[in-house]
Amino acid sequence: MGFVQAIGRAFLTLLSTIGRLVIFVSAIAASLVQPPFYPRQLGRQLVQIGYYSLPVVGLTTLFTGMVLALQSYTGFARFNAESAVATVVVLSITRELAPVLAGLMVAGRIGAAMAAEIGTMRVTEQIDALTTLSTDPIRYLVLPRVLAGLLMLPLLVVVGDIIGVFGGFLIAVYRLDFNAANYLQATLEYLEPIDVISGLVKAATFGFLVSLMGCFHGFNSRGGAQGVGAATTGAVVSASILILICNYIITQLFFAR
Amino acid sequence: MTQSAAPPPPKIALAGVHKSFTDKSVLRGVDLEIGRSESLVVIGGSGTGKSVMIKCILGLMRPDAGDIEVDGDSVVGLSRSERSEFMTRVGMLFQGSALFDSLPVWENVAFGLIQGRRMHRAAAREVALAKLAQVGLTEDVGNLVPAELSGGMQKRVALARAIATDPEIIFFDEPTTGLDPIMGDVINELIVQCVRELGATALSITHDMASARKIADRIAMLHEGRIVWVGPPAAIDDSGNPYVDQFVHGRAEGPIRMPVRAR
Ligand SMILES: Nc1ncnc2c1ncn2[C@@H]1O[C@H](COP(=O)(O)OP(=O)(O)OP(=O)(O)O)[C@@H](O)[C@H]1O
Ligand SMILES: [Mg+2]
Repeated sequence: MGFVQAIGRAFLTLLSTIGRLVIFVSAIAASLVQPPFYPRQLGRQLVQIGYYSLPVVGLTTLFTGMVLALQSYTGFARFNAESAVATVVVLSITRELAPVLAGLMVAGRIGAAMAAEIGTMRVTEQIDALTTLSTDPIRYLVLPRVLAGLLMLPLLVVVGDIIGVFGGFLIAVYRLDFNAANYLQATLEYLEPIDVISGLVKAATFGFLVSLMGCFHGFNSRGGAQGVGAATTGAVVSASILILICNYIITQLFFAR
Repeated sequence: MTQSAAPPPPKIALAGVHKSFTDKSVLRGVDLEIGRSESLVVIGGSGTGKSVMIKCILGLMRPDAGDIEVDGDSVVGLSRSERSEFMTRVGMLFQGSALFDSLPVWENVAFGLIQGRRMHRAAAREVALAKLAQVGLTEDVGNLVPAELSGGMQKRVALARAIATDPEIIFFDEPTTGLDPIMGDVINELIVQCVRELGATALSITHDMASARKIADRIAMLHEGRIVWVGPPAAIDDSGNPYVDQFVHGRAEGPIRMPVRAR
């Protein structure tokens, strides 16, 4: 009996969370079409998310590109397909690894920070104070963050694509003795615009999800430090899971025919 | 237009306001009227729901039942934009100050002017520094961030923020708690000045009876979710109400039982 109750309760909690999320998203959408806007806040978030995430995303994609070249070379050597290394690296990076890894890293870096910051503002009544100063907290706090996530992650992924491919190039040329010109030519030979575009669509989706989850969990945090901690965990975990699920769905939409 | 005999509606009117949290009912039918340019002080034991009452009026919490009117119009369940509009007429000092910890002190005070009223930053800064001076804080303090201030200084910054836009309705949740007696009296004077000179309507919460006597036109006592007594400060010493009597004289013995266990 207790078991059935627990399942029932978890299910009801899930439904009410989804309900609140829908209301939250519609409030964000409504604030998009009607002033006032806060460009100063948006600018600050663009820098926070875009500029300060560059090192993390750059390092992640650099080493991923490098390991990808190494792995595919040693693996493909078993059936004499070493020449496919360049193509495997560029397709894996642009379609899949740069957006997903950048999304996950940014979820840890930005999503957590947003949840902690907004959660602290909630439990110290700073969000109520915003309201009493006739400033809508959704417009002032949430919309700039969501927009910044949506806009900056694709830019980060473009940079990540280039760095990742460069990482593969480094290993191929300096460790595996590929000819540099041949490797570059092979990289571009089978690359199609759709590969990069699908990756950027993913990036925009993931950026939106990371900011949304960070703001949503922060906004709904309750009780002091513990509540803020729970909000932070919730933001990172839910954003990561949603990223992986949406990654599959978008891939299916683009490439499964 | 004929001169109507009916008196104008009270500035703020609460009728039968109820509010409970999961397992505990806090407000159980609060009826209260506050006149235009009146300073009303609410007293009552800790945890009786004084702060909750203010948050219900502001719409930060939604009452379960009852109605709240400002200038004769209901303010329960306003839309987001109607709420923003209503808030331009209101100032609020939070019990815990609730300063924005990422902004310098002067920008905290100027926030309602810059964001709410779209005033230019430089002009808003001048107003903010003037308000800070009124609560005894210098320009140097204005450039610090809230974490660098003492508790009493934070309270005064919060007070300056609440009155920065010269609102017509001001809520003070324990304005003098945590201040030394002299600064407490400076703040009392400032509240009186806001009401007398600017014609604001003020609803203050305090445990400090000296402050209550000084700033109140009327005092109301909240007990067990209802207003049990309302009267002028002069009448508070012989109110004939056992609850008020006990509270004013700060006695542990009386009809108000504190839920503490005897050894
Ligand atoms: N957000 C909330 N969730 C659950 N319970 C709450 C919440 N806010 C207040 N309460 C409860 O409501 C009651 C009244 O709280 P309130 O803050 O209004 O007290 P108060 O009269 O202002 O006391 P004090 O003089 O100590 O500030 C308390 O018992 C508190 O536990
Ligand atoms: Mg209180």
